[in-house]
This record gives sequence, structure tokens and C-alpha cells, in this order.
Amino acid sequence: MINYLVRYYDRLLTALLEHLEIVLLAMVFSVILAAGLTLLCQFSRRFARLLVHGLSVLYSVPSLALLALLIPLTGLGKTTAVIVLVLYNQYLLLRNILAGLDQVDPGVVEAATGMGMTRWQLLRQIKLPLARKAVIAGLRIALVSTVSIATIAAAINAGGLGTVLFDGLRTMNTAKILWGSLLSAALALGADRLLALAERKTE
Amino acid sequence: MTAIEFQNVSKRFPGAGRNALEDLSFAVSEGEFVTVLGPSGCGKTTLLKLINRLYEPDSGRVLLFGEDIRTADLVQVRRRTGYVIQQIGLFPHWTIGENVATVPKLLKWDKARIEARTDELLRLVGLEPEEYKKRYPSQLSGGQQQRVGLARALAVDPKIMLMDEPFGALDSITRGKLQRELLTLHRETGKTFLFVTHDIDEAFLLGSRVLILDGGKIVQFDTPEAIIRCPAQGFVRSLVDAAKERGRFWEAYL
Ligand SMILES: Nc1ncnc2c1ncn2[C@@H]1O[C@H](COP(=O)(O)OP(=O)(O)OP(=O)(O)O)[C@@H](O)[C@H]1O
Ligand SMILES: [Mg+2]
Repeated sequence: MINYLVRYYDRLLTALLEHLEIVLLAMVFSVILAAGLTLLCQFSRRFARLLVHGLSVLYSVPSLALLALLIPLTGLGKTTAVIVLVLYNQYLLLRNILAGLDQVDPGVVEAATGMGMTRWQLLRQIKLPLARKAVIAGLRIALVSTVSIATIAAAINAGGLGTVLFDGLRTMNTAKILWGSLLSAALALGADRLLALAERKTE
Repeated sequence: MTAIEFQNVSKRFPGAGRNALEDLSFAVSEGEFVTVLGPSGCGKTTLLKLINRLYEPDSGRVLLFGEDIRTADLVQVRRRTGYVIQQIGLFPHWTIGENVATVPKLLKWDKARIEARTDELLRLVGLEPEEYKKRYPSQLSGGQQQRVGLARALAVDPKIMLMDEPFGALDSITRGKLQRELLTLHRETGKTFLFVTHDIDEAFLLGSRVLILDGGKIVQFDTPEAIIRCPAQGFVRSLVDAAKERGRFWEAYL
């Protein structure tokens, strides 16, 4: 194993950086899309319910199948991988964010509304800060899930740690399999710790 | 000048068997202190929320200073009415000072003016700004939180104050103190008060007129003296009798 690391450490490093790139892109677009959808959900409870339901159906589609479905539309490669990751994350993010917003004390919401806060002011100044824990919990779950699902993106030539992993599987190379999994797990854990720290910092 | 007027207002909640409020008509003059009295579920909170449009009536009109609130700007209606809710509803992530300054901040007052107003309001409700301004709501007692709720509602000097059982959860000594302070505040500011309570002693002590509500209907709306002299019907009489009964109970010990 160590031999493999010494001999191919540049290849592993490239894979790791590619992986990071996919994860970062996916997270940035996920958060932007989720923010937009959260805003839309403020206008209608019915819409919010339908949306989360639809996203849960999408989330239950196996990732390989979703990748395969998108290939005719967006081709092989990183773009398709990122789109799939963003779609999966919407369920994780929206469900957590909306649940957090719903749990804000109705008395607090009523007081704010009664003082003439607009829907937008209520969301930004009162509901979101009070739902902070749920929002960060959603982000953490989405991040860990993105790191691990991103390995599958190698199946459509998107690069990343998945290439090492799949190579290892094909050639029955244990060192490759182990390094691919280890790095991916370490990345997931590290990212999660980072967010946990950020959460404590903003307390 | 009429401050608040209801014209044949009815309100039914979706799925409810009967109207929460049934054909309500009454008027409150500017500067009056009106208490709304009635048992739990009779529609007191609903009545208040129709005034700042947290609820919309199914029929009838609500007028503030002669203007139909449905045609008025929603935010303006809410800024003109200070609202102290049953559950207090302070913002737990903001300090006492920030809570009191909520509406001034929304109106983008400058910093110095907000600061001065916050201190003034906290003193008005009997909280020393230096001691309390930087604290969070969870670091205050129930009575102190209620005072902050009152200060927050008074912030931009609304002409009408809507108060929903603000002293419901307080011990009788704190309650009596706050009641006296509220009367002083009313005398000094000349604002119009609509004060909800289910406590007959409180209703008769505070109200220049008492609006008695039962099952979503007005059963009597008059001065405390007139109500005690000739209670309108069985329900009011039993209320008054219960209060007298309590009085006799205490007299026996004094
Ligand atoms: N949002 C709502 N949806 C459905 N029904 C409601 C709603 N709010 C109140 N009601 C019903 O309307 C009636 C009047 O309620 P309201 O809250 O005005 O009573 P209340 O006099 O304030 O009672 P309490 O003294 O317990 O606060 C009750 O029967 C209540 O169940
Ligand atoms: Mg009530």
C-alpha cells in the first residue's frame, strides 16, 4: 500500500483534487438552488409540500441510473456529475431547511408579522437565524453525501477518487481500492468536521 | 373621533362548525381603555387579530380612524397598532435592546435616535437600560419579558395598543403592579387600548368600558358600573356573582 502511495502519489493527488473540485462545484450550486427554492416555498405551503415530495422521489432514484438518464442530455463528464449531485442535495437541504423554519415558535412569528415585517424580513431576520441549527445540519448531511456519491461519477468519466476505486476494482488491485475509499472517507470526515467547527464559531 | 369600529364583522375558520365571531358591531373612541372579557375560546384573540389584519373577516368591515383597513396599506396598519401577544413572542436571538428597536430598525431610524428611544422605552416600562439592554430574553423573568413586549409594541408610538392577556402568566403581585403602571401609561399617552383578558377583576379594574364576549357574540358593552348595576343576561350575571362571591370570601378573613 505504501509502495503504491510512493509510486503513484501524484496520480492520487490529482484524483483527490478533481474530487474536491466536483464536490465544491456541486455544493455551491446546491446551496444557490436550495436558497432560491426556499424563497419560493415561502409563498405557498402547498408548493413546499409538493416540492419536497417530488425531491424525495428523485432522491430515491439510484445514482447510477440518474447519471445514465442524464447522459443523453448533458453527455459524459463533470457537468452531468455535478447536476446529479445538485439534484440529490436539494432533497437533503430543502427537507432540513423547511423543517427548521417550521419549528420556529409560532408566537415569535406572529409577533414579527404583527409588527409589520414583510415575508422577506421575517425570513431573513427571524426565521433563518432561529433555524440555523437545522440549516447547518442539512448542509453537513449534503456535504458528506456529496463526497461519497461523487465517487460514482467516475463511471461517466467525471474523474475524482472514483477513478482510483473503479480501476482497483477492475484490476483487483487492493491498494487502489483501499486508497480510493480511504481518501474519500477522510475527505467526507474532514469536510464534516470543518462545518461542525464553523457551526460552533457562529454560535 | 372613533378609533376602532367593527361593522357587522363575522369570522369563521375553515372547517369550523360555527362562526368564531358572529356579526360583531361596536365602536371604540380615541383614548378609551376597553377591556375584552370572556371565557376561553369565545373569540377574544380572533377579535384582536382582525384589527391588525393577522386575520381577515369573512364579512363586514373593520375601520381604524374611519378608514377601511382592507384598502389601507397592510404594513401601515400594523405599524399604527402596537400588538402585545398572549405568548409574549420576544425574539430569542436578539438582545432586549434589539427587540425593543425592532420597528425603528425596520423604519431605518439612525443609530443615535434608536439608542435614545430604546433607553426611553425601557425606563418607561421600569427596566434600567444599563442593566437589561444587553441581556437576552431567556435571561429575564416572565414579568420582565412581558414589560419588554410592551416596550417593543410602544416603540414607534402607535395610536392604538392591542394587548392579548399580557399579564396572564404573572403572579398576582407583579400583575397588580403592571396593571397600575399600564393605567398610568394610558393616562399619560392618551392612546387607545384594547386589552383582552379572561379575568373579570382585571377587566373591571382597567377598562373604562368592558366588552363582554361569549360564543363569538357581544353580550354587553358598557362601563363597569353599569354592568354591575344591571348585568345584561344570565352569563354576565353569573360572572358578576362569581366576582362578588370571591369578594365575600376575602372579607370573611379581613
Ligand atoms: N387559526 C385557527 N384555526 C382554526 N380555528 C381557530 C383558530 N384560531 C382560533 N380558532 C377557534 O376560534 C375560536 C375562538 O378562538 P380565540 O383564540 O379567539 O379564543 P380566545 O377567546 O382568545 O381564547 P383564550 O382565552 O383561550 O385565548 C375557538 O373556538 C378556536 O378554537
Ligand atoms: Mg386568546
